[in-house]
Amino acid sequence: MSESVKRSGVQGKLRSFVQSFGLPRLIIAGFLLLLFIAAPMVGSDLGVQLTNTINRFSWNAILVLAMVPMVHSGCGLNFGLPLGIISGLLGATLSMEFGFSGPMSFVMAIVISTPFAILLGGGYGWLLNRIKGGEMMIATYVGFSSVSFMCMMWLLLPYHSPNMVWGLAGKGLRTTISVEGYYDKVLSSFLQIQIGTLVIPTGALLFFALLAFAMWAFLLTKTGTAMTAVGSNPTFARAAGIDIDRIRMLSVVMSTWLAAVGILVYEQGFGFVQLYMAPFNMALPAVSAILIGGATVNKATIMNVIIGTFLFQGIVTMTPTVMNNMIHMDMSEVIRIIVSNGMILYALTRKSEASR
Amino acid sequence: MNKKKFSLGEFLRGNSVPIMFILICAFCIPISGFSPTYLLNEIITRLGRNAFLILSLLIPIMAGMGLNFGMTLGAMAGEIALILVSDWQIWGIPGVVLAMIISIPFSVALGLLCGKILNMAKGREMVTSYIISYFINGVYQLVVLYMMGPIIPIAHSSIKLPRGYGIRNTVSLLNMRQCLDDLLAIRVSGVKIPVLTLIIIALMCLAIVWFRKTKLGQDMRAVGQDMDVARDAGIQVERTRIISIVISTVLAGFGMIIYLQNMGNLSTYSSHSQIGMFCIAALLVGGASVDKASIGNVFLGVILFHLMFIVAPSAGAKITGDSMIGEYFRVFVSYGVITVALVMYETKKRRAKQSLGRQLEEDQRKGEKA
Repeated sequence: MSESVKRSGVQGKLRSFVQSFGLPRLIIAGFLLLLFIAAPMVGSDLGVQLTNTINRFSWNAILVLAMVPMVHSGCGLNFGLPLGIISGLLGATLSMEFGFSGPMSFVMAIVISTPFAILLGGGYGWLLNRIKGGEMMIATYVGFSSVSFMCMMWLLLPYHSPNMVWGLAGKGLRTTISVEGYYDKVLSSFLQIQIGTLVIPTGALLFFALLAFAMWAFLLTKTGTAMTAVGSNPTFARAAGIDIDRIRMLSVVMSTWLAAVGILVYEQGFGFVQLYMAPFNMALPAVSAILIGGATVNKATIMNVIIGTFLFQGIVTMTPTVMNNMIHMDMSEVIRIIVSNGMILYALTRKSEASR
Repeated sequence: MNKKKFSLGEFLRGNSVPIMFILICAFCIPISGFSPTYLLNEIITRLGRNAFLILSLLIPIMAGMGLNFGMTLGAMAGEIALILVSDWQIWGIPGVVLAMIISIPFSVALGLLCGKILNMAKGREMVTSYIISYFINGVYQLVVLYMMGPIIPIAHSSIKLPRGYGIRNTVSLLNMRQCLDDLLAIRVSGVKIPVLTLIIIALMCLAIVWFRKTKLGQDMRAVGQDMDVARDAGIQVERTRIISIVISTVLAGFGMIIYLQNMGNLSTYSSHSQIGMFCIAALLVGGASVDKASIGNVFLGVILFHLMFIVAPSAGAKITGDSMIGEYFRVFVSYGVITVALVMYETKKRRAKQSLGRQLEEDQRKGEKA
């Protein structure tokens, strides 16, 4: 009797664990584990693989972190991430144009991109406040139109630095600009630790930890709690005297600024500034990463960001090498598309939306 | 349109997007320096090429499911059918007809899947259908890039990648190029008119007009108006919504085949990726909104949008001296139009909800007084 009760208890616990963790997440985590086990067997160095994964984690984590404020305030997943990325790109290119170099150029890029992020994020937040309920679709298209608008601007704006413009014409920015001599690996190489083939970009991880901690601390402040309240129950929040529109606006500005910083961190690791159509599809990987980490359309924690980015980037980096070695077929791109979009679909079809 | 009270302000506000486009075109056409014959020729070609695809968007709008970004699914089904048909070396009109027939089961299956998922995500159909199109694009690549060859037999090496499996980046449809358009085509002072294609499109329009009057069509409109009321009236809401998506997907498959037979070659991995966006933008340019679209919107939209598409690059090149500006400009305009239309729809919906709330409040107050 007691035996069966105990077993059902264990079973129930297991079931509730699977339910709370989410089946797709479990499958993805299992898949990644399998890849890590398979990697040494098919002859690829585990240290190198781990290094790649951690590196990519450090590039992308802040972009994923940018999702958090908007999810908290009930604005849904920020498909408008490209808008923030554009502020970051403006900061990066202007900092180079003004002749800053070395680590200083990175600091200046963040400083310069901040007013752009506040301005663009403010406008974006104002727009989203007018269309409560339809944020995600409009966010997507705000992102797209801003990227295509900036495509024209990159050609037309009067940039002159010979490191950035087309050599022949002398005007119009190149599609990819190397950050060598500016802020290439400025964070990654800071306090870098090397153990055998395993290299840990401590600086970049620390920078992410700093921002993540700040975000965590912010969510505990009065304004942060208000933000969560707005997201989980707007009617209650209004009754409690919270200015909903102001809080939502703040969350959008924060998200946009984090995206701007996020793309700068991405560039310092990747080594290049990518302009024109490059920011176009940067929202989807970030969105699916945070969802893989266990977030839903209206709930996200810092832990979701860390787990999600690690799982997502792990799969992105591991599949090509392992698959290639195993079956001599590079299916990684297809797997990435199916996994990331499948995850977003899964989240969208869950009935978890708070009543508006 | 209501003829009783015609006010200019209202008319301008209601048709702001088409009017803006007429102004853009009026500004760009003289600068671009194209001859009227050339423009007319291009417009008629593009009308025949795109109108059918855009017509496929009308039915989900009627059922209140918004702009069907999932029409890309139908386009992919059409492409798979075309790949198979061109591998079997069936060309000309029989090839086109066969491709259409083969595309039906694929479209129906994908449409059912899409409809089921959209029923699980009521209230955010558009963003969900948009993600579905990306998701199925991944599955499509899996099928075309890895399964065609080892699992699905592909005989001719001309469409196979050199490595032995997967389909080449472009599949030539030269042998069925414009076969629909050329049959019965007539030339009026240098302008080629693809009569047969236009007849097919006209028939489709008639079919849509007829469909609106059937029981199913009426059900769809009821579902589009208010799902709960429709359910109380005994309409199977979920089923009706799925049917509307399936019809849309099948039509999009046909539309894609018509589109590709006109183009004459199939970019295996990119033909479908932009098609949804361009069709939706064209429909919106024609004055449609997320919850209301007519056949007139389709034709006005195709003409204005593609006129802008043709003249923008060369006008941009003439003004700024850089041909890329015009290219980016037209992409920007396509996205911008969709953004504006979505924003207008959402604000309208919200205003309606607010006025409803205010009315309720007033009624309550009256009730209290009484």
